[in-house]
This record gives sequence, structure tokens and C-alpha cells, in this order.
Amino acid sequence: MSERGRMSKRAAAAALTLPVGERDHAQGPADAPVTLVEYGDYECPHCGHAYPILKQVRQRLGGSLRFVFRNFPLRESHPHAEHAAEAAEAAGAQGKFWEMHDRLFERQFALDDDYLIEYAGDLGLDAARVGRELAAGTYAPRVREDFRSGVTSGVNGTPTFFINGLRYDESWDVEPLVAALEQAATR
Amino acid sequence: MATPPQGPAAQLPAGTRAPDFALSSAPGRTVSLADFRGRPVILAFYPADWSPVCGDQMALYNEVLPEFERYNAQLLGISVDGAWCHAAFARDRRLHFPLLADFEPKGAVARRYGVYREGDGFSERALFVVDGDGIVRWSYVSPVDVNPGADGILRALEAIAEAGAPA
Repeated sequence: MSERGRMSKRAAAAALTLPVGERDHAQGPADAPVTLVEYGDYECPHCGHAYPILKQVRQRLGGSLRFVFRNFPLRESHPHAEHAAEAAEAAGAQGKFWEMHDRLFERQFALDDDYLIEYAGDLGLDAARVGRELAAGTYAPRVREDFRSGVTSGVNGTPTFFINGLRYDESWDVEPLVAALEQAATR
Repeated sequence: MATPPQGPAAQLPAGTRAPDFALSSAPGRTVSLADFRGRPVILAFYPADWSPVCGDQMALYNEVLPEFERYNAQLLGISVDGAWCHAAFARDRRLHFPLLADFEPKGAVARRYGVYREGDGFSERALFVVDGDGIVRWSYVSPVDVNPGADGILRALEAIAEAGAPA
């Protein structure tokens, strides 16, 4: 993370190849002046660290920010990441993507399938259906599509952020991120 | 890893023939570039096993292998680490592609590709995409502490696929 500032040399070249659209999970108004996209992995400790920061940032920006999360599970490094991503998508299919998203980051230490299904139940979802969908890999293609869009957009690790379609390589602590988003909003 | 700048890298540019090599990929096993003639090859030179950025870069490529395979491309990681070190690193990170040991004479292959860092004793973080005829089609040297990602590789593979596709 301390090296992130040095990546700016390539920032101009790295842009989202898959524009934000209907397929995405978004919080905030669709016509917000700034869109922040995170490519993340539910088992990645850095993403876990970013999670409360992003909550604060969204609070600060309010209605001028639209926040989008896309999956970028590093499956070999993080054995639970793929199913966690699919569980969030499964919850999304029942209308509770963000509730599951939050639960996964808050319970990052417990992401076995049994827990994923338990969380679905806790959220009032049809947990048996989530279990079946995980076993069948129902949302694997969707997760792969997110992943592929990240790779072609220059995602080189997690979390990677894009502000209004351009990769953001500077610090994602609250203050610098808020400043960058506010600047983008006035552009 | 903090090293003084050494001037612009002079990596082999697109259009040059990729020098052939034969390097150990595991104790007692050798891989040569010519083995892959007819397929694109991605050469990923990196400074060292175990250092954080390299680990992230190799972990990323491990995940992107299915995308490389769509182009029938072979990924080869190369560093000056020895075969036993590579074996331990690959096992620890569950890497599913060969890591080649540019170990003896040290850095000889990196030198031929113009990406050896003399003062440091390891290679640049450099990428080469070589086409099925053995010609370098794209090369890139990243700042040594920056993970270059995979987007440039995929664009190069796409360009090779388009050029090779029947009209």
C-alpha cells in the first residue's frame, strides 16, 4: 500500500473497459457526479481494511457519490473468496446484495460455505436456495465476468479503485480519497 | 528493494527475434523457449521469489491463466532464484505455471533480453509477449516495485490473435 503512490505513471492508461451499467451493484444515485468502483475480494485483508473507510467516505460524499462493487476473487490465495463472491451475488438475486456484502466484510474470518448459508438465513433470505446456487456455481460466470473486466482494466491487486472510469492509484485513506472524489465531482 | 534509478531500461523491443534459452524449471527439468514454437509465450521477468510485489504479481497471473489460455499462450516466470527456491515459492503460492531459474550463469537470459539490473543482481520487472514464430510482439518494463498487471499482456495477445486470424 505504501508503494501505491508510485503507480501513477500508468494511471492515464488504466481505464474501465466495462462501463458501469445496469448489471452492476450500486449504492447512491445513478446520476451522481462521481462514481467510485471497487474491485475487491471478500477474503482479502486489504479489502477488509478498506471496508470501514469506504463507509466513512460514502457518508462524507452523500448523494454526490455512486459506489459500485465488482468481484475480483484471488482464488488460489484466498480459498473462500470465490464462494463468498457468489454468495453476495446469490443474495443480490434475492434483493440483498449490500446486506450480504457488509456481512461478508464484517465476518471476513468466517467464510466457509456453512457460514455463507447461515448469513443468508440471518438476512431473511431463502438460505437453502443460496446453498443450492453455491453448489451449482450459478453465479460463477457473473463473478468471472467481473474478474475479466478487472484484468482488462488494469486491476493488479485488491482493492483497486476507479474514479469516474479512471484507475485511482493514490492512497485510499479517508482524507485523500474524499479529496480525490470531491475533485472529480467538480470536474 | 529501494534502489537508485539506473537509467532507462533497454529491453528488446517489439519486432526483434526473442533469444532462445534453456533454463531449469524444476530440479532436473529444463524448459526452452523453442519448446513453445507455434504458441504465444509470455515471459514475465521479476526480481525475486518471496518479495511482496512479485508475490502479488505472480498470484495475479496465476488467476489470469484461464484468460491467457484462451489465446493458447504459455506463461513463464523468470528470476535469478534457483530451482529449489522456485519450487518452494510455487508450492507455497500454489502457482500453476513454470518458474524458470536464470541462475547460472546468473541473469544471463535477463541480460540477453536487456533487463538485468547490474548493480542489484536481479532482473527488472519486465514483460515480453513472443508470438508463435518467436518474435517479440510487445515488451514492457515496469518500475521495479510496481505490479504491472495483466492488461498489457492481454492486449498484446489479442493483437497477435487478430493478426493471425484468417481474413
